[in-house]
Amino acid sequence: MKPISRRSFIRGSLGAACALAAGSRSVAAAGGEPLATLIDIRKCIGCEACVEACHEANGDKFPEPRKPYPKMYPSRVQVADWSERRDVNDRLTPYNWLYIQHATVIIDGRETELTLPRRCMHCANPPCVKLCPWGAAYQEPSGLSRIDADICLGGNKCGEVCPWDVPQRQTGVGLYLDLLPSLAGNGVMYKCDRCYDRLARGELPACIEACPEEVQTIGPRRRILAQAQALAEKIGGHLYGASENGGTHTIYVSPVPFEQINAGSQYGPGRPPMAPVADQMKTGNRLAAAMILAPLAGAGAAVAKMLRAGQENPGQAEAAGSTPRRDASAER
Amino acid sequence: MPSRTTSPSRTLGRLYAATFGLMALTGFAQMPIFKRYYIADVPGLGWLAQFYVTHVMHYLGAALLLGLIAYAATDFLIHRGRAGRLTVSGAIRAILLAGLVATGGLRVVKNFSGVYMSAGWIVFLDLLHLGLVMAYFAVALWALLGKKRWTSAA
Ligand code: SF4
Ligand code: SF4
Ligand code: SF4
Repeated sequence: MKPISRRSFIRGSLGAACALAAGSRSVAAAGGEPLATLIDIRKCIGCEACVEACHEANGDKFPEPRKPYPKMYPSRVQVADWSERRDVNDRLTPYNWLYIQHATVIIDGRETELTLPRRCMHCANPPCVKLCPWGAAYQEPSGLSRIDADICLGGNKCGEVCPWDVPQRQTGVGLYLDLLPSLAGNGVMYKCDRCYDRLARGELPACIEACPEEVQTIGPRRRILAQAQALAEKIGGHLYGASENGGTHTIYVSPVPFEQINAGSQYGPGRPPMAPVADQMKTGNRLAAAMILAPLAGAGAAVAKMLRAGQENPGQAEAAGSTPRRDASAER
Repeated sequence: MPSRTTSPSRTLGRLYAATFGLMALTGFAQMPIFKRYYIADVPGLGWLAQFYVTHVMHYLGAALLLGLIAYAATDFLIHRGRAGRLTVSGAIRAILLAGLVATGGLRVVKNFSGVYMSAGWIVFLDLLHLGLVMAYFAVALWALLGKKRWTSAA
């Protein structure tokens, strides 16, 4: 499998990559599948060039909150203000969409520190998008998920349903200020948008382009997955993101099991773990089948009732059947 | 109102009302408001702030509601002659219900993996679904206070 490196991506060796010129929507349309990134943990030297590049490329998307912040009710609603701490880069914040996670692990009997770029995983079926009650979050066919800063009300539901707690809130910015700022909403949620605008211009995401070690590779998901699997097999390594949350568009390849990385890292708000994650949308989506069966059962029950009434009282089948019609027509 | 002698009907009517209430509750719980406004702090209501729980409950309620609607609609069609016609309030409620089912159905489809819906469509569907349920409640209240039936049957 030909690897889709940073350079070959730019040169356009992939047909799908060519379509980047026409915008990220047409990438998937052209290739028929979303893009994914492979992150080869072995290569990362922790230089943070990617973190810096993300700031530079996306600085114009960062929040510029209006102060003072409106008083919010009830009092339990807390202001989330990162605007005075914009340089924090050891966790995810509204001003830092990518950070370098450090993990102390044992490789060949020796304690080793691994560094890993962490950001939004761009889930294949992103709960942040699917469960946003308002439509501020959406997914593009190229597989990236975005939060529209002009629509988001900052309720942090995406943050709560995200298995990695990725979206981060900034108060004092966005649509809620024009609605009921004291009573509803609390700013805007921010996260990596996989540089959708750069992709649309035919450029690579900034963090991928800036990395001196070519840690990240981007391409159609199936190819990236095959490449990640081949690499893992070759080095006796492990994958993360291929099946987590039902599959994501970010696949890490590690020389050590992710339990080790997880055990050797520090986690907390804005520092997502690398724990196993079940498919969060699966239960709901399975229940959707019930929504097709239930009306069939309901209609069947009505027909069965009619037939029963006809058998019990052939002469008055019609009359008997009509009573329950009123039943069902519940007066609400 | 269903007559006192038709207890299965009353049971179905109550089940419909209870299901609709559950749908409204779990529907509004899709917005992050129940925690903010202490409702989820009421003992026994903590689940209202758990988004995956309310999501699944909304789906289960939708299946039940669809079953009841299909039963009522089929029964109505079978007994068209004696059932009379839909009253004005019944017709309005039926149209609003159809709108709720359609917008809800599209949102269920949106939640499948690989379904990409534009931001504009998502916002439109969300607002329409919310607007329809508010309208349904207004009409249902009007029907309740005015003791209005769904159909004109005697
Ligand atoms: S990792 Fe979180 S924020 Fe990113 S797409 Fe998945 S659910 Fe959304
Ligand atoms: S893809 Fe773009 S937005 Fe996401 S972390 Fe990299 S540079 Fe930042
Ligand atoms: S730029 Fe590359 S090597 Fe440097 S920290 Fe980021 S991913 Fe690692």
